[in-house]
Amino acid sequence: MLKMPNLEVHQPDAVKHDTKVSAQDVNVYYGEKHALQNVSVNIPDRSVMAFIGPSGCGKSTFLRCINRMNDTIPIAKVTGKIIIDNQDIYDPSLDVVQLRARVGMVFQKPNPFPKSIYENVAYGPRIHGLSHSKADLDEIVGASLEKAGLWKEVKDRLNDPGTGLSGGQQQRLCIARAIAVNPEVILMDEPCSALDPIATAKIEELIDELRQNYCIIIVTHSMQQAARVSQRTAFFHLGTLVEEGNTTDIFTNPKDQRTQDYITGRFG
Amino acid sequence: MSTSVLLLGLLVAALLAFGLGLSRANALAKKGDAHLHSRAGYYGTYLALWTLLPALIVLGIWSAAEAPIIRGVVSAGLPENVKALTPAEQSLIVGRINSVARGLPRLTPEEFETVRKVRYGFTTPAEAQRVLQERGTVLGSAPEPYVIAAAYEQVELLQRSRTMLTALIAALALGGFAYANWRMSPTLRARNTVEAMVLTGLFLASTVAILTTVGIVFSMLFEAIHFFQSVSPLSFFFGTTWDPRFSAAGSGSNTSGQFGLIPLLWGTLYISIVALLVAVPVGLFSAIYMSEYASRSIRTIAKPLLEILAGIPTIVYGLFALITFGPFLRDMGAHIGFEISATSVLTAGLIMGVMLIPFVSSLSDDIINAVPQSLREGSYGLGATQSETIRRVVLPAALPGIVGAILLAASRAIGETMIVVMAAGIAANLTLNPFEPVTTITVKIVSQLTGDLEFNSPQTLVAFALGLTLFVFTLCLNIYALYIVRKYREQYE
Repeated sequence: MLKMPNLEVHQPDAVKHDTKVSAQDVNVYYGEKHALQNVSVNIPDRSVMAFIGPSGCGKSTFLRCINRMNDTIPIAKVTGKIIIDNQDIYDPSLDVVQLRARVGMVFQKPNPFPKSIYENVAYGPRIHGLSHSKADLDEIVGASLEKAGLWKEVKDRLNDPGTGLSGGQQQRLCIARAIAVNPEVILMDEPCSALDPIATAKIEELIDELRQNYCIIIVTHSMQQAARVSQRTAFFHLGTLVEEGNTTDIFTNPKDQRTQDYITGRFG
Repeated sequence: MSTSVLLLGLLVAALLAFGLGLSRANALAKKGDAHLHSRAGYYGTYLALWTLLPALIVLGIWSAAEAPIIRGVVSAGLPENVKALTPAEQSLIVGRINSVARGLPRLTPEEFETVRKVRYGFTTPAEAQRVLQERGTVLGSAPEPYVIAAAYEQVELLQRSRTMLTALIAALALGGFAYANWRMSPTLRARNTVEAMVLTGLFLASTVAILTTVGIVFSMLFEAIHFFQSVSPLSFFFGTTWDPRFSAAGSGSNTSGQFGLIPLLWGTLYISIVALLVAVPVGLFSAIYMSEYASRSIRTIAKPLLEILAGIPTIVYGLFALITFGPFLRDMGAHIGFEISATSVLTAGLIMGVMLIPFVSSLSDDIINAVPQSLREGSYGLGATQSETIRRVVLPAALPGIVGAILLAASRAIGETMIVVMAAGIAANLTLNPFEPVTTITVKIVSQLTGDLEFNSPQTLVAFALGLTLFVFTLCLNIYALYIVRKYREQYE
């Protein structure tokens, strides 16, 4: 039998932020398949929430509900409520395009557009008309790259193609791109799974900084990563939310046997 | 025996060899003193190939060489006064000999004897003509004795050749089989040999297309050089007047006409541009609809329907342009006050544009589909709408491939013949007016080569120079298009 991994859980000042995202009885169906069953969870503002669980457990599916990315899949059907700042995002009166500007997303594989570094970051602000002059736009691009910790590395080659950066830099570019439209929530779908350990460490550091200003939700396969970057953790298994709580509690004192089994490496 | 019977016999022999090889290999395997190198089937194929291939090669060469050699021997035996005739008259006589030779085997033995007597003067040639005619061989006049003699010789030679060939083929098939059978042992690397033979076959198949292309280029090149000996390249490539003067053909080099390429090139490009102006927007929009907006059920119906357009023979488009669309345009123009000729740049260009739509849309559709879904999601994730995503992310990413598709369509347009022959007109005008008829390089190639013409005047040889120009033109376009498409592919692989 495996022992509990020696996880370094750092738990800063107790999380006492208001709820930013609140899910109530969310169900997702992909055609006949019931992919997510009755998930209810409150996600606090200005902190990092990690979703962990074995492959196919529904954690990414749930993440993609929060900015309605599942709308792009024709066979997907979502029921239940997801409330961001007292507003149900599945309310027909809400424009999904506006929602996605408020809820940014970073994907598993870095996906910079085949444009220059500058144009990649300027893409969102241009679409949403956030800048009124070239100087404004320069300001937004610079600040976003700065926040994403990429400014120093790319400031002399803003016109080079974004696809020419290294994998870790590309992922930080995608984070800068997301930040540029001033989101309130940032969703990250396994943002480090395609990166090497050094690039991963940089992204994790960045997530820790971004937590000061954003509500961050991250899906990860690495329990160490969940322990390092998140304040709260939710464990998903077979389409249900098994357990959710402070990261320290989940990793040191899980209530559910399945959580215990998963974090000790018995399955997954 | 005829070639087809021999071929059938060889195939049967090969099948037998395969069966024998298979059972022998199985027997060897069962004996069990050694492990077989290859599976039993390969030993069968090995035997079959050795039985078939050498005989087949000889059969092919022999069948090709037989007729010319026999003809040479027969004409060498013709009387001196016949040999003194002009080549045209000689070929007439050879034709008569062939007719008689084809008729002889159909006669009964008695009739055969009757005709044979003509050779020695015992029967009249008219009698021979009557006998042959009864058995279905119609001759213009009574065959001269030397024609009958030559025909007999030809028939005899052919029979002898066939006997020899049959014997040779049988010997080769047996020899090949015996050799392979002797080679057969558990250690024989049958699979490797068989695969090497198959590989050679595949290689030969691929060289056929390449060699044909090379052959076409060279034949065009030599005839074009021939042409440039009588017309200077400068006046061909930069001349602005196309006036080949058919009436003056063959009446001296001073009146050889003017062969200026420019009006034809202009007509070709003008029509192609009009065609692309139709095909590119329509094709591209339909590709965007198909790949980004259409539901799966619409896509499965609409895409094949669109591609049917590509399967319509171009002459049908040409007919449509000539009979329906051209007159329609002319009448429309008359209503609004434009004078539109029934055959015009506009007619040919618009119809050709319709023909090119499936090329542009089908290729662009594939290219747009190849843009990774992750880029679209990245854009949606930033709050972009679907149309913003298409305009700002998908199309720029697909642009090099789309340009490649357009260039391929352009080279189709430049080389297109039937539509322009029927709808563009034949007057070599150098005009900007799209309502007037123009002509293209392909139309002129067709018109220079139709009719009774000698193949040594500039009037006909110019077709080869035109063809070569067209070939080089579209070749460059195609190479450029392939280069762009390939560069694009590397981006995402």
